Order: sequence, then structure tokens, then C-alpha cells
Amino acid sequence: MFQYYLDLAWRSLKRNKALTALMVLAIALGIGASITTLTVLHVLSGDPLPGRSGEIYYPQIDPQDLRGMSPSKEPPSQLTLIDGMNLLRAARADRQALMKGGEVPIQPEQSALDPFYVDARYTTADFFAMFGTPFRFGHAWSAADDEAKARQVVISRDLDEKLFGGANSVGRTLRISGTAFQIVGVLDHWQPNPHFYDLNTGSYAAGEQVFLPLQTMIDLHLSRDGSNDCWGNGGGGTDTLLPADTCVWLQFWVQLDSPAKVEAYRQFLVHYSQEQKALGRFQRPPNVRLRSLMQWLDYNGVVPDDVRLQTWLAFGFLAVCLVNTVGLMLAKFMRRAGELGVRRALGASRRSLLAQLLVEAGVVGLVGGVGGAVLALGGLWLVRQRSSDYASLAHLDPSMLLTTFVLALGATLLAGLLPAWRACQVAPALQLKSH
Amino acid sequence: MDILPILSTLRRHKLTAGLLVMQIALTCAIVCNAVFLIGQRLQRMDMPSGVAEHELLQIQVADVVKSGNPYARVQEDLALLRQVPGVQSVAFSNQVPFGGSSSNGNVLLDPNQPQRTLNATTYFGQNLVPTMGVQLVAGRDLQDDDFVDVDTALKGLKTGDTKSLPHVTLITRGLAERLWPGQNPLGRLIYLTPTVGLRVVGVMASLVRPNAYDADTAQYTMVIPLRMGADRGMSYVIRTRPQDRSGVLAAALAALRKADPQRIVTTQRSFDEVRRHFFRDDRAMAGILVGVIAALLVVTALGIVGLASFWVAQRRRTIGVRRALGATRSDVLHYFQTENFLLATIGIGLGMVLAYGINLFLMQHYELPRLPAIYFPVGAVALWLIGQVAVLGPALRAAAVPPVVATRAG
Repeated sequence: MFQYYLDLAWRSLKRNKALTALMVLAIALGIGASITTLTVLHVLSGDPLPGRSGEIYYPQIDPQDLRGMSPSKEPPSQLTLIDGMNLLRAARADRQALMKGGEVPIQPEQSALDPFYVDARYTTADFFAMFGTPFRFGHAWSAADDEAKARQVVISRDLDEKLFGGANSVGRTLRISGTAFQIVGVLDHWQPNPHFYDLNTGSYAAGEQVFLPLQTMIDLHLSRDGSNDCWGNGGGGTDTLLPADTCVWLQFWVQLDSPAKVEAYRQFLVHYSQEQKALGRFQRPPNVRLRSLMQWLDYNGVVPDDVRLQTWLAFGFLAVCLVNTVGLMLAKFMRRAGELGVRRALGASRRSLLAQLLVEAGVVGLVGGVGGAVLALGGLWLVRQRSSDYASLAHLDPSMLLTTFVLALGATLLAGLLPAWRACQVAPALQLKSH
Repeated sequence: MDILPILSTLRRHKLTAGLLVMQIALTCAIVCNAVFLIGQRLQRMDMPSGVAEHELLQIQVADVVKSGNPYARVQEDLALLRQVPGVQSVAFSNQVPFGGSSSNGNVLLDPNQPQRTLNATTYFGQNLVPTMGVQLVAGRDLQDDDFVDVDTALKGLKTGDTKSLPHVTLITRGLAERLWPGQNPLGRLIYLTPTVGLRVVGVMASLVRPNAYDADTAQYTMVIPLRMGADRGMSYVIRTRPQDRSGVLAAALAALRKADPQRIVTTQRSFDEVRRHFFRDDRAMAGILVGVIAALLVVTALGIVGLASFWVAQRRRTIGVRRALGATRSDVLHYFQTENFLLATIGIGLGMVLAYGINLFLMQHYELPRLPAIYFPVGAVALWLIGQVAVLGPALRAAAVPPVVATRAG
């Protein structure tokens, strides 16, 4: 039966090529635009650590004085060095890492390469295990290396390829900003998007090439990037000077494996704040937050407003295209009142007429979906030509391709429902009489 | 042309006519808002910087290994750059207009007030005003003896030694108006911290923030007499004639490289490029909106063509009868044109209401201003025109129907 309807649909669509082409075009344009923007939204609001993000939390405490640096009731979004080290050494979470971004010059041994700057992450040992970074060669440094201010570095696969042709470079020396570091690990490809662990150094596509111990950065006065926020008589410090004790500038992440541990950690933060207040360092009553990774991204409004606006716009456009399709389909189906009347008079039920017309609508939807997928590929190519920092991420993945067809088919069937239902209302006898 | 018979015919095609009206309404609503959004973006991209943009170049260099005295390093570089033919003036600045990365301070009017008054951006560096072409409208520029080394100032901040802090500042007219509306700002004090008080000695016409995302606060700018050492994030700003820019940039880079081949140039661009880069997302968004408007109008026009063709085909016999009864070709043509005009008018009316609703939504979620009334007639005229153009083809076909059709069956 379905085969027969498909055949009927095909014939009917061929009979009126212009109208069919218009419908397919409208669906394709609407779907193409929606999928392009949806894909961008999908990529930008994705989970940077799938399977792991549920256990990763971002603690915030409020070390500001009563005058404070900002009138909001939210604690600052970063930590002072003192608090960062205190929380790190308290080690109350399953894992914890304190970190800061920066940029360092690399001096290659090969004379053919000029020195160049790369993005760096200064962090503590748990970073790698907590975020599950894949290692191609070697491993992370240890907590003892952190305290020893070790001259050890983990490099990215890209840097390994640039400097050593992709060979196992573990054990070799890398000169960074005039100091010799020992390479202990080489990461495999790893670039979480959004760049969740430090949104100050770019929300998207900001991958570090070297990772080295935070204490080593402090020891060597390596240059830092990102924001320093100070209050009271605090000064941000120039590149070589560390920010004052009344400045927040470090990011701190913890891994908490169970809800009970999350609650316990929250209590710990409150307790810590009280303790610091008793010591006279904190002046405000405890003001803590413990957001999960995805909550943190949401709180920071990582997805650009423009992207959301474009998505709304595309769906508005899709709605216009669908209304258009409904109108055209109605015209097309009503025109066939005669043919449908004959089928009814020959004993076809309303239901089978409806099925037949919906199959026809479905065919339009599928063809429109193919057109829409092609247009979306083109649209995403256009997005990638832009210079936004997230532009390079806009690719159609299998799940979005599936969405394309589901959306195209679903939307067209929905659009076809009303015209098909109307067309089925023809009275068999009346139609026969008039011919 | 008589409207009543058209209305009574349309009543028999309620569904298709309703769909057409709905499509026009949606299109009208989206187009009005999209045109408005484009206007917003274009206006933003036009934001004044207060500097002589077409005459300026930015160069950032970074040392591989920090060496020697960073303050002396800057003076050497500045001397070197001044020697480059075509260079009119050189400054060393911690940030540049529309550069993105910025240094900001909290402004207090009274050192004991509990909350900041506002947050302003702080430019540091010598020779900034004449080099960038910032216009002074009152008071004086910063002078050599106003300047303090950054490291000295930071130490002073730590120890509470106010003598080693800067004491004066330049502010923009916009900031002055916000802090002391209608009053003379010269000689007044601004506090960055309870102990850092700066006296306003000069007022600048305009100098935009490096990260001017919000038009209201874009001009909250101060220039503070702090001298910085050579560092990765700092910029050399060179002023030259617009036509000399590319030559001067190349010569300046060559001079810097010759002085120290080990240094890395991290940024080299004209201020036109700085602005283009800063507003890249706005430009892209405006482009997308133009594309959407075009696509929408095309889709709507095609929809009108499709439906009108269907109606013409359906009414061939009626048209034939009318022709046989004496209606001229132009009567038939006008009939379809009037019909489209009526449907478009109803659609536009609904579209206006919808446009207003969408605008309310955008105002709530994206902090956009209210849609100015001028966009309504513009949208209406556009849709009327599109409708008439789209219906012309089918209407002409209808007019060509010969009276003899009336005598045929079916």
C-alpha cells in the first residue's frame, strides 16, 4: 500500500513541477537556515567534558572587604593566591586544581625555527586526571613536583609535532622563556569547547600548548593572561609582579564524586570563610557558591547572545516557509478534488486518502530535507569563514544531520496535515456529478 | 474597483487567504525587527573612538628572555621609532581603543563611600594624547613631571606611601558629565582607591574604551600618568599620514628587528584593522540579517505567485464568464491586484502587532531598545510592493483568459 502511495505521490509531484519545486525550495531554505544556526548553538552550548562534567565543580568564596569591588551579591569569580593555596592544600575534594593562563615564548633548539609564543596553562598536578586529558606519551607531573617548583612541562600534540615531528619527546628539554624544562608528557588531541576552566582567556577554541606547574610560574615570574580584580588598596601587578593579596586572579576546580561530597564541600567552604573571618582576613559573612561545570557555563552566559538571536530568527524564517508550504499544498491538494472524489467513489476510505496525501507531503519533506542539508553545509561553511573565535567549530555532526531530516519530515507532515484533511472532505458523489 | 465582490469571493477561500495573510504578517514582523537590528549594528559599528584612526598604527613586541631595564628599553625603542621616516609621533600605551583587552579602575567620588560610583577604563603611557590625536577641550595635557613608574606606584600602594603615586588625570567629557553633570570638572578629585586621589587637569572630547561593548559606558575613560616598562601586552602607537601607513609599518618593524633580532612581533596592524576586528561579529550579524530579509521576501513572493496561480487556474471559468459579460482585460487584472492589496493590507496590519510583540520579547531578553515607529511604514510599503510584483504574472495570465472559456465545460 505504502509503495502504491509513494508511486501516486511521485506522479502527482511530477504533474505540477513548478508548485512542487516551490514547496521543496521553501522547505529546503527554512530547514537549511534553522539547521545552520542550530548547529552553531549546539556546538557552542555543548558539554566540554562529556561523561565527566557532572562531577566537576567550581567553588567560589568571598574574600572582599566591606567596601568591596562590586555591588553584586555574587562572590568574585576567581580566587586570591592565599585562598587558592589554602583550598588546594586542604585537599577536601576527590581532586582539585588551581590554575592561571598565560603566554610563554618557546625557543626551539632547531635553528630553522624562530622563537614563538604559545598559550600556556599554569596549574597543579590533578588538572590532568580531573579533566581526563588523554596522553599520547608520558604522564602528568606529581603533587610533589608542584611543591618542588619543578621545571617540568606537559606539551600538546601540536607542539610536539611542530618541534619534534610527532616523535616521543618525553625526557627531552624545552626552553621556555630562557629556562630549560623537562618534557614529562605529551597530550593527545584535547581542546574542550567551551574553554570552560578559564573563560577569561577566550570562551572557545583556546587551546594551550604547554602546561607547567603553577608554583614554577610564580618562581620564574612567567607572564600571565586573563583578569585580575582587586579591591581596597590592591594593585593588579604588572606582568612580572604578582597581584596583591587583595586581588582575585586564579581559577580553582574540584572533582566531587557524590552528592554527599558536594554538600560536605559546600559546608567546608562556609567553614573556611568563617575561619578566615575570625582570623580577620575576610570581612563579609560567608558567601559561597559551588556550581557544577554546566551551571558555571550557564552563569557566565558563555553562548553569545547573537547566536541565540540567530536561532530565533532562523526558526521565524522556518515558520514563514512552513506557512508558505501549507498554502501551496492546500492549493495542490484542492486542485485534485476530482481525482480524490473518484477514488472515494470507488471505495477508498478517508483514512487511506489522508495516508496517500501525507505520503506525498512526506516525499516533499524528504527532498526538502536533502536540499536543507546541502544548504546547511553551505551555511556552516559561510560561518566558518567568519573570524569569530568560535567560527572554526561550526561543523555538521551525525546527530545534527539526523535532526535535519527529522525536522524536515516532521515539519512537512505537520504542514501537510491541514491541506490533506481538507482535501479528504470532498463528497464523492458531488465530484462525480460535476464531471 | 469594487471591493465587495472580492471580499465575498475571498470568503469562499478562507483557508488559503488566511494562510497568505499569516505569511505576510510573519514576514512583515520579522523584516521590521531585522531591519531594526541591522540599524542597531551599523550604529554600533560607527561608534566614535576619539582618535585619528586613519593615521595610526599599532605594534606589540615581546622579548623571549626578559633582560635589562624595561623602562630604558621603552625609551630606546621610542627613540628608534621616531627616527623612522614618515613617523610623526610615537606613544607607548597599555591599551588601545577597540583593542579588546583593557585595564579598568573603580571610580569613587568620596574615598569613604561604600560602593563604587562606576567602573572606568584607565589608559597609561606617555605622549598618548598628541600621538593618538585625542582632542583636549579643557585644561592641559599630562606633563613629564606628572609621570610615575608603574613599579614605584605599586610599591607605594602596598606601603601606603602616597607620594609615589600619580596625582592627576585626564578624563573624557562623557565621564565628566556622568560624574558631575553640568559642572566644571577641572580641579575635582576622583578616587581609584581610598588612598589614590587623582585631580582632573584636562578634559578630552572623546576616547573610547578598548572593550566598548556598551554604548552608554563606552566613554568612561581616564588617562593616568603612569610610565610602563617594555612588556608583552603594551603597544607602540605610531602616528603617520594615511597614505604612508604600510611603508611606515614595514620600516618601523625593520628598525625594531634590527635593534634586537631575538624579539617577537605579536601584533602589527593599522587602527582601521583594529576597528574591523573589534566589530567583526556585528558586521557578520548585519550580513546574516540582510540575507534573512532577502530570503524571507523571496519565499513570500514565491508563495504569493504559487497561490495566485492556483486561484487563477481555479477561476478560469468564472473569469471567462466575466469577460463574456463585458469585463475588459484591465478589469480582470485590477481584480487580482486589488485582491492581493487587500490581503497584504490585512497581513501588514497583523504583522505590525506581531512586530511589536517580537520587539517586546527582544527588549526583555537582549536588552534592545524599543522599535521606532518609522520601521512600520517602511515594512508595509516593502510588502505591498512585493505583493504587487508577485501577483502581476498570474494576474496577467488571468487577464489573457479569452471570453470563449465561458462556453466550455470544466
